[in-house]
Amino acid sequence: MRKLFFGVLCTALFGCTDQAPNKVNDKSQGLVYCAEANPVSFNPQVTTTGSTIDIIANQLYDTLISIDPESGEFLPELATSWQVSEDGKSFTFTLRDDVQFHDTLYFTPTRKMNADDVVFSFNRLFDVYNPYHFVGDANYPYFQSIGLDQLIRQVKKVDEHTVRFDLFNAESSFLSNIATDFAVILSKEYADQLIELEHKQDFDQKPVGTGPYKYREFLRDNLIRYYRHEDYWKHPVYMEQLVYDITTNGTSRIAKMLTKECDITAHPSATQLTVLEQRKDIEVEKAANLNIGYWAFNTEKPPFDNPLVRKALAHSIDFEKIMQAVFYNNGILARSMLPPSSWAFEAQQKMPTYDPEKAKEYLKQAGLEGGFSMTLWAMPVSRIYNPNARKMAELIQRDLRDIGVNARIVEYEWNTFIERVGRHEHDSVLLGWAADTPDPDNFFSPLLSCTATFSGKNPSNWCNPEFDLLLTQALDTNDMEERKYYYQQAQKMVIEQLPLVPIAHGLRFQATSSDIKGVSLRPFGGISLAEARRD
Amino acid sequence: MFAKYAYRRLSLLCFMLFTLTIFTFALNYLFPGELVTNFSGEVNSSYAQTQALVEKYRIEENIFVQYGAFMARMFEGDWGLSLSSGQPVLSHVQHLFPATLELCLYALTVAVIIGVPSGVIASAYHKKWPDKLINSLSLMGFSIPVFWLALLLIMAFCLGLGLFPMSGRIGLLYEIQPVTHFILIDIYLEGFPYGGAAFWDALHHLALPTVVLAMYPTTVLIRFTRDSMLEVLDQNYIKTARAKGLNRSQLIIHHALRNALLPVIKQIGLQFSTLITLAMITEVIFSWPGIGRWLIESIYQRDYPAIQGGLLAVSFFVIIANMLSDFIHSILDPLARNQAHGKV
Repeated sequence: MRKLFFGVLCTALFGCTDQAPNKVNDKSQGLVYCAEANPVSFNPQVTTTGSTIDIIANQLYDTLISIDPESGEFLPELATSWQVSEDGKSFTFTLRDDVQFHDTLYFTPTRKMNADDVVFSFNRLFDVYNPYHFVGDANYPYFQSIGLDQLIRQVKKVDEHTVRFDLFNAESSFLSNIATDFAVILSKEYADQLIELEHKQDFDQKPVGTGPYKYREFLRDNLIRYYRHEDYWKHPVYMEQLVYDITTNGTSRIAKMLTKECDITAHPSATQLTVLEQRKDIEVEKAANLNIGYWAFNTEKPPFDNPLVRKALAHSIDFEKIMQAVFYNNGILARSMLPPSSWAFEAQQKMPTYDPEKAKEYLKQAGLEGGFSMTLWAMPVSRIYNPNARKMAELIQRDLRDIGVNARIVEYEWNTFIERVGRHEHDSVLLGWAADTPDPDNFFSPLLSCTATFSGKNPSNWCNPEFDLLLTQALDTNDMEERKYYYQQAQKMVIEQLPLVPIAHGLRFQATSSDIKGVSLRPFGGISLAEARRD
Repeated sequence: MFAKYAYRRLSLLCFMLFTLTIFTFALNYLFPGELVTNFSGEVNSSYAQTQALVEKYRIEENIFVQYGAFMARMFEGDWGLSLSSGQPVLSHVQHLFPATLELCLYALTVAVIIGVPSGVIASAYHKKWPDKLINSLSLMGFSIPVFWLALLLIMAFCLGLGLFPMSGRIGLLYEIQPVTHFILIDIYLEGFPYGGAAFWDALHHLALPTVVLAMYPTTVLIRFTRDSMLEVLDQNYIKTARAKGLNRSQLIIHHALRNALLPVIKQIGLQFSTLITLAMITEVIFSWPGIGRWLIESIYQRDYPAIQGGLLAVSFFVIIANMLSDFIHSILDPLARNQAHGKV
């Protein structure tokens, strides 16, 4: 009896049973990532929310090709090679033949990935006859915003492992759009199975992909659990488990990092970095992110239609002070419209610098030596490219006073703000842009082209046919050197004309436990934990 | 005699629950927004769906029929959908309530284990130093706000010393199949996976929230036990026993304790409603995935079906708990059965 009692006590306290434990202590083989929000969906095609993309895109799925963050070149992923036709209207991809889809509790694949899956994945985006097109409200925000749904004529299966994309017209940014985190390959077999089961709506919620991890469970406001994909085609996955701890409160996320409940923490704010940097067991990573924070002038309104006035204003502001007070020195001072990590970047010699005397001189040349009054719109939300627009606006306001310009700061609720800026009610505005692809066109066309002016997206209200021609020429060619040349011309033109003053590129922050290796921040798109491991 | 008492209590219970359902039902009309949405939690439903819901909820009929339909749905387990998650409210309640209950039960156990003996010791050494010490400690514990205590403990033990985790019920890398939703029991049922490490981890997670939550009921029980004990010790039969030459421990253990503990048992039951309220604050601070945190988030997000479901579940539970403690009290104390009317 006594033996039994101790046996029970021992079991209760220490779990020492005669049988070997059915699971090893795999805490060392798992990774906890503290995420800032619940994912909106588990399919990157249907969302552009950054926090969701971080969680799902690179972990669960693969794309046909990817972009090397260093060189900007395309790398083979699910496609081993690709050919572009002479006229640039047709792209043929040769697919890998050894790619397994996830074997999950709700789906067991019977075949490997082939051309059917690729055709299905892209057809869903623009083909209204695809059975999944209208599942999830038929909303594919990224592809619709770049007009990919209008660009692709058809996606055709040539043979089991070859797919051809036919376009209506040639566009050099096509490949980089195919390489974004949004263009993932889904399983057609799984889709067909769900149609049979009449559970089509599960398709975006219970994912099946080819990525390094496979989905296990999602408890809203609590956690997301992935397990290793044993048959991952690219390389062995080190981590047995990947868990996302959903912690919306930023301070709690940092606290969890300090108590080692998180191995990686997303987006700590610049003010919290000092606390994190003091700890030896935590590494704070700062990565250049493809974004730009700028000050745009409404070039249709006098006196901002005069480039001399714009130059005067640009020279009047103290960029260094902004970097200190707004970015806490955790940003990069802009030297062009494009961030330095962009492949077309060229540091501009004529980039405006803080020089109030020169500013006054320009004002004099423009016949405005007496100064004038203007409005300065500051966005009310914090973004990577501008953590505190209000503070930035106040600094600019004070600098402008020195050259006799009286600026009034205007703020509205974010949606109203965007709407009114879209109607060009402002004189000048502090805004920014974060890229989805490293393609430089992503910075120019949506911000400064004439079409952007008409659709209300161009905050400078600047329509310059010469500039637009450069953009079109750059898109019409596939020769990288040639494209680079056109974009360098475009950058030069922006700085000469100054429809907007590029101010800074914000950094993306991440705190990682120092024993975690293999996680690197990329300048664009979501984060990849495929090669994460514990040393 | 007892049957009559039980009948009175049960009818009171039924009346209370009836009032509770009326109140919950009325909330649908009191909350802003569409009636159909408040009932079902379905937003942006199509015309056909709305019509089906109107039909299902009998919204076009009189209020009694609507109430009947409401009750029928409640019994069927159709508590509507949460506006923020789109999931059934009942499944949220089923998943989250055990976590809260678990926390409350452990806290109450700690409170009883510490509170009652401390109260007895205090009364045994009335006006001597143990009494004074226990009294002042319990006054401190009673006065400190629960959120403040929680933050102090987090500062000291989690962030400072790194001894305890500050959130959740268990390390997220331990995958425990939820069967009963009581984490320790689930770990036991799964046969202590991960070589028992999960169990230790769960205990680690439990420690601070339990201490924080136990603070208030412990101090209440200390004071209550002490007062009740002093009262009993002052009675003639104790004096007689003392005159007979019994020593202090014999007096307390054999003669005073049972009588003194009767009102304390009732008090333990009554502590449950306070506990649930305090558990909500504790859950928010320690990110404990219980119904309290969920309810508070639902209030933030104006998730009316969730607020209704959460309120119903919590109030239902508190009423039942109070009734149970009343029953147990009356079983132990025959005099209590003679009360003419029920009291909650």
